[in-house]
Amino acid sequence: MDKVQNNKAWFLVLPVLVLVAFSAVIPLMTVVNYSVQDTFGNNVFFWEGLGWFQEVLTSKQVHSAFGRQLMFSGIILAIQIPLGIAIALCMPKKGFWASVCLVLMALPLLVPWNVVGTIWQILGRADIGLLGYVLDALNINFNYSRNAIHAWIIVVTMDVWHWTSLVALLAYAGLQSIPQAYYQAAKIDQASRWKVFRYIELPKMQGVLLIAILLRFMDSFMIYTEPFVVTGGGPGTATSFLSIDLVKLALGQFDLGPAAAFSIMYFLVILLVSWVFYTVMTNLDKAEGR
Amino acid sequence: MAVTTDTYSAPARSFSLPKIQTRHVVMVLYLAFMLIPIYWLFKMSLQTNREIMGDFTLWPHNPTLDNYRTILTDRSWYIGYINSITYVVMNTVLSLAVALPAAYAFSRYRFLGDKHLFFWLLTNRMAPPAVFALPFFQLYSSVGLFDTHIAVALAHTLFNVPLAVWILEGFMRGVPKEIDETAYIDGYSFPRFFVKIFMPLIASGIGVAAFFCFMFSWVELLLSRTLTAVNAQPITSIMTRTVGASGIDWGVLAAAGVLTIVPGALVIYFVRNYIAKGFALGRV
Repeated sequence: MDKVQNNKAWFLVLPVLVLVAFSAVIPLMTVVNYSVQDTFGNNVFFWEGLGWFQEVLTSKQVHSAFGRQLMFSGIILAIQIPLGIAIALCMPKKGFWASVCLVLMALPLLVPWNVVGTIWQILGRADIGLLGYVLDALNINFNYSRNAIHAWIIVVTMDVWHWTSLVALLAYAGLQSIPQAYYQAAKIDQASRWKVFRYIELPKMQGVLLIAILLRFMDSFMIYTEPFVVTGGGPGTATSFLSIDLVKLALGQFDLGPAAAFSIMYFLVILLVSWVFYTVMTNLDKAEGR
Repeated sequence: MAVTTDTYSAPARSFSLPKIQTRHVVMVLYLAFMLIPIYWLFKMSLQTNREIMGDFTLWPHNPTLDNYRTILTDRSWYIGYINSITYVVMNTVLSLAVALPAAYAFSRYRFLGDKHLFFWLLTNRMAPPAVFALPFFQLYSSVGLFDTHIAVALAHTLFNVPLAVWILEGFMRGVPKEIDETAYIDGYSFPRFFVKIFMPLIASGIGVAAFFCFMFSWVELLLSRTLTAVNAQPITSIMTRTVGASGIDWGVLAAAGVLTIVPGALVIYFVRNYIAKGFALGRV
């Protein structure tokens, strides 16, 4: 729709600006402040320059956390996106069962994140959890608090359980918007099921899927609560992702300088992905002619 | 022609068993995968600790509501729910109150820096809470708000205000601009038009935005835990402290978990058609 140029609209945005500035800009400035200073306590600070950034950039611990983070995000995207599309294709198109599916699928999305952790922490235990018990009965010695690979398996499975429905729901919304005429045309052309998917459904879902990929990437990139509850980042550092490392550094050890430098670089990555996200969104809006 | 074939084949179909298709199997398996973990939590919440730790059972043999009774009568437990609901409601009201006019401005007007502002809001939705945990702790300590509900409510506006603005903007774009113009010609002032005419038109959008603000504030743990100690401690934080202590009471923990799922499960039916839209920031 055509928008009117009117700078008085600023007054309508002002409350948001003030509120978000208070809860975003002031804290961020604190972070910037700490990132270039050092202290021996008592609120006495002196200039440190870019020392902390160098320290963080060359830190082995940060490198490996970043590597683990990328691997985690990569794995869950590789599982959740195809699985989500498959589920969306299998969902009933309308009626009572569609509602049932929607409601049941959305349930995991609404579970508090630490309860998600608790659920899987229990489920994976051999003595009281269904998953652990079944694996134990199959003679697999499953122990996520000792074995790094098992810890990864449970964290990834948990995330698949928690968030695949989001991808499925988005893909489903994309599928719903395809006019029936497209399918009729395909039928007349005697297109195979695969061709219908490849040349009709997939292109029509493209925009929604991009949103799904970006959302899942962002949210998995800052995952904290769920792995923290299940494995606490362990065994060793096997599942300590960026946020877990950062919280350890900032709130556990109170290493303000490195934590702040770490935060800023973390935030720059987020900013970059957000920009991609924003571009995708606005292009999508334009394509829809709104 | 088509009509006759349809009526002809209909009885034949009704006598045969419903055809089982792969898609149904996939769907059932997936829903089972979704529900079994929740069922397991629910099952444990109905058992005593001895039964949980004893023989492995697939369902509670002596179902008991004792765990729920413990939570609902022990102040140190149920106060967590009251604290959580308090700051979540404060946050939802606050987020919607500031987001409504802003979303209207974004959906109707072009103004200096509008695109940058919209993008900046998005970056706050995407910001990792871990980055903000420490500065928030210091900020709210220094202004004397540490361990109050309002501190958590304000902290959660970081991601909920952008979320509400984006979702509401998505809904408002669907309302034709002619309605605004007609109202002005009829002599409505802006505030009266907004409350009397515009807000009822996007009522479903406001409901969806409120649901998502509520949800994201409800499920968040890191910030709410960092900003509270005793007086405003949320239920999620009380639960994590129980985990890891020696001799965990699994039954009570499970019951507490089940009770945190209830609020979302109660209203999910009403927003079922908008879930995708809400999670995708109003952009589907």
